Amino acid sequence: MISENSEVILSVRNLTANVEDTPILKGLNLEIKAGEIHAIMGPNGSGKSTFSKILAGHPAYEVTGGEVIFRGQNLLEMEPDDRAKSGVFLAFQYPLEIPGVSNVDFLRVSYNAKRKHNGLEELDAFDFDDLVQSKLELLKMDAAFLSRSVNEGFSGGEKKRNEILQMALLEPKLGILDEIDSGLDIDALKIVANGVNALKSSDNATLMITHYQRLLDYIIPDFVHVMEGGRILTTGGKELALELEARGYDWVREEEVAAR
Amino acid sequence: MLEFRLKAYRQWLKMTEPDWARVGYPAIDYQDIVYYSAPKVSAKKKSLEEVDPELLDTFEKLGISLSEQKRLTNVAVDAIFDSVSVATTFKEKLAKDGVIFCSFAEAVKEHPELVKKYLGSVVPVGDNYFAALNSAVFSDGSFVYIPKGVKCPMELSTYFRINNGDSGQFERTLIVAEEGSQVSYLEGCTAPMFDTNQLHAAVVELVALDHADIKYSTVQNWYAGDANGKGGIYNFVTKRGLCQGINSKISWTQVETGSAITWKYPSCVLVGDNSVGEFYSVALTNHHQQADTGTKMIHVGKNTRSTIISKGISAGQSRNSYRGLVKISPNAKGARNYSQCDSMLIGDNAQANTFPYIQVQNNLGKVEHEASTSKIGEDQLFYFSQRGISPEDAISMMISGFCKDVFNQLPMEFAVEADRLLSLKLEGSVG
Repeated sequence: MISENSEVILSVRNLTANVEDTPILKGLNLEIKAGEIHAIMGPNGSGKSTFSKILAGHPAYEVTGGEVIFRGQNLLEMEPDDRAKSGVFLAFQYPLEIPGVSNVDFLRVSYNAKRKHNGLEELDAFDFDDLVQSKLELLKMDAAFLSRSVNEGFSGGEKKRNEILQMALLEPKLGILDEIDSGLDIDALKIVANGVNALKSSDNATLMITHYQRLLDYIIPDFVHVMEGGRILTTGGKELALELEARGYDWVREEEVAAR
Repeated sequence: MLEFRLKAYRQWLKMTEPDWARVGYPAIDYQDIVYYSAPKVSAKKKSLEEVDPELLDTFEKLGISLSEQKRLTNVAVDAIFDSVSVATTFKEKLAKDGVIFCSFAEAVKEHPELVKKYLGSVVPVGDNYFAALNSAVFSDGSFVYIPKGVKCPMELSTYFRINNGDSGQFERTLIVAEEGSQVSYLEGCTAPMFDTNQLHAAVVELVALDHADIKYSTVQNWYAGDANGKGGIYNFVTKRGLCQGINSKISWTQVETGSAITWKYPSCVLVGDNSVGEFYSVALTNHHQQADTGTKMIHVGKNTRSTIISKGISAGQSRNSYRGLVKISPNAKGARNYSQCDSMLIGDNAQANTFPYIQVQNNLGKVEHEASTSKIGEDQLFYFSQRGISPEDAISMMISGFCKDVFNQLPMEFAVEADRLLSLKLEGSVG
């Protein structure tokens, strides 16, 4: 599926960023092509989650240098909602609760915002309902989820499934999954992973951020990156994740120091 | 009338301004207020065609087209500028059903017996400082009378506007619903911008006899002052409904978005057995606005029921308080109340307070109170943005959801207007 000629979805060069004047990213490089699944692993505080939020355009982070090109466009110049409509999707580590706004309204407005962006006609409530029903099955979600307020009173697993439901609807070019496995039991993890795998195609890409190798048994990455101190230290295939699981992160650090 | 005014004035002189509300403002010089101000052209017109085109133009700009209302919709309108009523529509059509809908001045002249019987019967002249002031000086207002068994065939509505920079507005509304009758009434309020503050001290009295049903809705958008809190209306209003008859019902719905200061507690006195009182409120404050609003439900009769749904939205540096009293009197056996007070904070500098007072004087009453506070923060807006939804649309969705229970109570076209008004008021308040 992966070929040299695949479209470059995301290209990150020497990215540096601060939060409240503290440098978090210190020269990050990454390239993701269509059809690829990447995983970024690393210890707490390495900047993994920050990186995902910067890609999505969270206002709390200040990019201080470098560039991010998304499908030929300068991503850093785009507003967060334009990034989303252009095909960047972030599945949140902690999806927010939105009281008073029903899940189905939220999904429809979101879906139609994207259609409008692509010059398509908006779907009315009935057509949208048919569409969303088919996506619910993929994630084994009950239709009752639709009438409830967005994420309000959802269990951890339900919130994560709701994130992937949104991803299934919006069909992003780049899906970023920020610790999608945290708080999931093994059954829920399988459902979420099946959902993600079903969405994979030769013209989109996935970037997973995780602490644990466990997720990678279900969503098999093409590349595993180890991140620490705001940079990617080393990159390998899926076997790198197993090695990390067995040996921890220290050896990567040591090798990195030795290589300098 | 003179007696009524003098009595009120004497009482007012003995009273002091209330200071218990959670609002602050410089002392008001009551000698410095223009107590009567009329639009420059002669006041009362027989039909809309005769109304000064400039006035009509003002209404058009506000999105309130009197002529259009007259032609297209089923709403009768009384328009009040400063102190006088300038136009009342649909009068003849209403008269066929015996419904009286006219300016207060006209009612005093043409229906003195009704005015005498009911004026001050719900809000006595000495009820409170601002009501006494109003009783002494009130100029005009609206009068509605629905005869026995009549279901008013259309929505009645009054638009108030303060046009004079130094003037106060002291209008009076009186609605009487006879046995078995039904009416829905809506008032809208606007005022242009001035650097000075204007006082609006109105009194509204509702009387519902046996099996009568009154629904009173308000969309208040008085000028709120600029972003730094300069100018704006002081809105000190007394509104009270008396469910005098058995099985009667009074329902207040208010959407309060304007005024520098709002001090307002539309209340129900539930005297008739099985009578019902309702209060649905959305109060929005932004910048330096202050609102202290809520209701009083006084249960006197047996098996009386009341519902209070209050939604407060505070943005900017504003202060927004709910203050409500639920009182179950010794004889109000089987009385029930349900109250729900929700607050939403936008940004980090706004305040929301809830002051519920509950007095239960017999052991067969049931009172429930629920409250919640939520916040629209940067992270929620980011979540919407990440799903392709702009911050403006996100706020409007969250506010609509938050206010749904109240907007559902408004007549359809006004619900849409209220929704838009809130979004407009909050424009640029986040991010």
